[in-house]
Amino acid sequence: MSIISKSATQQREMLRTGELTSVELTTAYLEQIKSRESAVKAFVHLDEQQALDAAQQIDTRRAAGEPLGDLAGIPVAVKDNLCSEGVPTTCASKILSGFIPPYDATVVAKLKTADAILIGRTNMDEFAMGSSTENSSIQVTSNPWNLQCIPGGSSGGSAACIAAGFAPLALGSDTGGSIRQPAALCGIVGLKPSYGRVSRYGLVAFASSLDQIGPMTGNVEDAALLLQVLAGHDSHDSTSADVTVDGYVENVTQPLSGLTLGVVDEHYGDGLEAEIKSSVEEAIRVYESLGATIKHIEMPHASYGIATYYIIAPCEASSNLARFDGAHYGHRADPSTSDQTSTSEDALTRMYRSSRAAGFGDEVKRRIMLGTYALSEGYYDAFYLKALKVRRLIRQDYDNAFKDVDLLIGPVTACSAFKQGEKTADPMAMYMEDLFTVTANLAGVAGISIPCGLTDAGLPIGVQLQSAPFQEDKLLRAAYMFQHATDWHQRRPEF
Amino acid sequence: MALTRDDVEKVSLLARLQLTDDELNSMTEHLSQIIQYVHQLDEINTDDVAPLAHTLDITNVLADDVVADCLSREAALQNAPQRDEECFRVPAVL
Amino acid sequence: MSSPETQPMGGTPYAVVVGLEVHVQLKTNTKLFCRCPTTFGQPPNTQTCPVCLGLPGSLPVMNRHAFELSMKTALALNCTIPYFTKWDRKNYFYPDLPKGYQTSQFDLPMSEHGHLNIFSENDEFADKQIRILRAHLEEDAGKSMHDEAAGVADSRIDLNRTGTPLLEIVSEPDMRSAAEAKAYLQELRLILLYLGVSDCNMQEGSLRCDANVNLHIDTPAGTIATPIVEIKNMNSFRAVQRGIEFEVGRQYTLWQKDKQVLGDMPKQTRGWDEGAQVTRAQREKEESSDYRYFPCPDLVPVVVTDEEIQAMQQQIGTLPASLRKQLLDDHQLTAHTSAVIVNQGLGFADYFLALATAIDDSRLAGNWMQGEVLRILNEQEQTIQQFKLSAAELGELLKFIQSGDLDNSKAKDVFAVMIESGQSAADVMAELGIEKVDSSQLEELCQRLVDNNPKIVADVQSGNPKAVGALIGQARKENSNVDPGQVRQICLALIEKL
Ligand SMILES: [Mg+2]
Ligand SMILES: [Zn+2]
Repeated sequence: MSIISKSATQQREMLRTGELTSVELTTAYLEQIKSRESAVKAFVHLDEQQALDAAQQIDTRRAAGEPLGDLAGIPVAVKDNLCSEGVPTTCASKILSGFIPPYDATVVAKLKTADAILIGRTNMDEFAMGSSTENSSIQVTSNPWNLQCIPGGSSGGSAACIAAGFAPLALGSDTGGSIRQPAALCGIVGLKPSYGRVSRYGLVAFASSLDQIGPMTGNVEDAALLLQVLAGHDSHDSTSADVTVDGYVENVTQPLSGLTLGVVDEHYGDGLEAEIKSSVEEAIRVYESLGATIKHIEMPHASYGIATYYIIAPCEASSNLARFDGAHYGHRADPSTSDQTSTSEDALTRMYRSSRAAGFGDEVKRRIMLGTYALSEGYYDAFYLKALKVRRLIRQDYDNAFKDVDLLIGPVTACSAFKQGEKTADPMAMYMEDLFTVTANLAGVAGISIPCGLTDAGLPIGVQLQSAPFQEDKLLRAAYMFQHATDWHQRRPEF
Repeated sequence: MALTRDDVEKVSLLARLQLTDDELNSMTEHLSQIIQYVHQLDEINTDDVAPLAHTLDITNVLADDVVADCLSREAALQNAPQRDEECFRVPAVL
Repeated sequence: MSSPETQPMGGTPYAVVVGLEVHVQLKTNTKLFCRCPTTFGQPPNTQTCPVCLGLPGSLPVMNRHAFELSMKTALALNCTIPYFTKWDRKNYFYPDLPKGYQTSQFDLPMSEHGHLNIFSENDEFADKQIRILRAHLEEDAGKSMHDEAAGVADSRIDLNRTGTPLLEIVSEPDMRSAAEAKAYLQELRLILLYLGVSDCNMQEGSLRCDANVNLHIDTPAGTIATPIVEIKNMNSFRAVQRGIEFEVGRQYTLWQKDKQVLGDMPKQTRGWDEGAQVTRAQREKEESSDYRYFPCPDLVPVVVTDEEIQAMQQQIGTLPASLRKQLLDDHQLTAHTSAVIVNQGLGFADYFLALATAIDDSRLAGNWMQGEVLRILNEQEQTIQQFKLSAAELGELLKFIQSGDLDNSKAKDVFAVMIESGQSAADVMAELGIEKVDSSQLEELCQRLVDNNPKIVADVQSGNPKAVGALIGQARKENSNVDPGQVRQICLALIEKL
């Protein structure tokens, strides 16, 4: 059994006992990348030599008996929207090509403090806007389970990276489902923490009130391991919560007794693929067999999640992405080659418009336009304000639900991984990918996707658990119970 | 409240995006679809509902007024598309 | 005097309506949302970080001190402090605004509905009250400089100032003349200086003022309002007054021609041209007013309690208006002297109060503050904090005047030496050989002069008391330390007894 098929938790133990060196481990992953990356295209930037150097350093420090961090010597892949000092950070956008941040995101700094090996930057939908990783200006990532299929998105690079055995741990970000949906489609574990659980400082913002960074891993205990490092209050992020971080690693294997799971009937509508429906139902039966009680609950506003999300997220995005204007960093269009149709405009306005036109892809433009429109004079109340009110109703649905149940259980996606290009022409169809995931972001609750089956076509299926805010501990323990009783998490694609 | 191509063109100036003719057409179509879809929110009575902008109920996050390190000028200007020794350079601000 | 009307020659009467928007840079060590310093005049782009550069991923954290200073100011301006305030984004593209939005406050500002009374020494404004609509906290933009030297259409951007905390204080349109507007701005500045919340330096831009001006014109069909014009780029008090005066004349002349009224056109922005002493139309973008305000998702609201408001109220200290009242009522100073002292700032006023207490004579203290002390400060370009003599030291000198040991003009000589050398009054007097003449010695001298100058005595006796001046002159020749006043008094008494 190859070392890369072991969990990070196991690797960590082997490194600690001296059974394994970080150089060996890192080399094993780099070899897997070398042989398979050309088919998957999960990375937009690989730091091969730096990774090996860092691994060597960790081994030396370990041999010298120095105290080491919690992820010492373990490779971690980072989504390309997290700033890392001196390393290109592009958000898979042309507008940030060549951009080198002079600072570390808090989570990147935490990985460094934990002595993790940063091996590379993973592909994504441009500015995290998308559900297939096809909206990348750099490359299209394939799903390792079927190379013709998309890996989901926007953290598709990180998801594919874990599924393909390129790294044991990866960071993703989730604004409407961007960790959980690709995790489900790639058969891995993806956790979106509660809003405020993990610092957003250094995460290139898409929609600030919805964005969260979280772990993408091969199994639940590794998600606990990585979340333990990421979680906690950060004085650089005003929206970071000062809430106690539980002992995720220590607790994860402890089963919960008297668990009550809520099933949302609205989740089982027409759009849900039959195979997904039966896999999720089977997962519910597994929980019942483990002693859980199942309750049917109502989330009357859940179906409005997408509409609410597609107002709030673009509004915030239109403002967050205003800084990409070619003035201080990033791409600036050559004004002499830019479209001269509006010659009445001054040179500065032309520079702005042509730089942004050349720098952003279609989906990003669409959302900037949508958000700008929805916030503009005369439309604010009808769109933005209305959406914020419905957002409260969605949050109330959750609050009511969590009075009756510990966790919610349901599907992550309505369909399994689809073929590349299948939905690119139809934005609305793509938006529906987030149907079961967006409400967690709107309400600020935590959600996890864990593997629970394969379709006849051999594509992974995920089941989603959601918890009240700051109950990641419960979420991880419940997820581990399922994992312990099943072997879906051990399946890896042959490719 | 149908969205016209004219509206889209105006918004493209507000958003500082230069859209081609083709883009204006497809943008009008796509935005219209999305706007039509999000109008389903009108079904919900929200008269007595307060807006929710932050899901975290926290207030008064305030930092002490103590100076921390700045970036060097070189680091501040390193990503500038156009610059001189001291400053960012942009087309004339009138 | 709430609405003085102007009657143009042969024209229609109109009222001038002015509201001011004042941006004040708050005196914090660091910026509003990051911990970069706010020092003025540093080399370009040396006071920045990922936050104020607007780099991708960076996030703001509010400066506690900036909030406290703005609350203190708002309370001093008699504003209400709401229990809940939040931050909004004002979206527009400009190269000195690296995030593409300014973090400001829109519908729930941190203070509103205040007022201040304007003042003039000659009571021209009769303590008129100007209402304040709101005061809100926001971040400053950077600086763009047009590069003339390059000869190309290029601007240079310095982001040192980006993110400096500003308090925007918006008045109601309550001013009815350029003079009232200037008086409002002066009183506001004085209050800010007394509070210690800002340097209020108009040249360095730590106090900036825009004026909204229009006219209410009486016509046979009723009163009409001319379109509102916002005047910018007024960098001194004089410019504020001149700019408004110019704009009033321009709007009246224009209205006579085009009869345009409020609502016929969007609000216009005009810049004050200091060289030409005119306002000029500024280039405007049609969509420029659509700022798409929405709550900033990166910042959380601030809630304030009654206890916090009360505690801050305690910290306000003396304000110009109450000090003025104190100087007039308790110290019986003239309106002019009191105005001079108040306008010099709290430090100067405190010095005066200490001096007046030390010598127990407000008039004498006031005269010296207004005269000698202020002259030296101006000459040496010093503040009262840098002044060489303490109030106690200066008080020692003035006590010699009170005791008759020094006359006023000698005291000035002594004062000059004290400033030079830093010595005490007594030491300087000893060094200059100034000492009090023994009273029997003085009587004897006067008796001798009266005896030896029968002609002068006769002159005085015949009803010309000024003639005694000649005796004083002789006395000073014999002993330079004699007090001329005393000589006069003794000689006149001796002559009367003859
Ligand atoms: Mg302002
Ligand atoms: Zn800064």
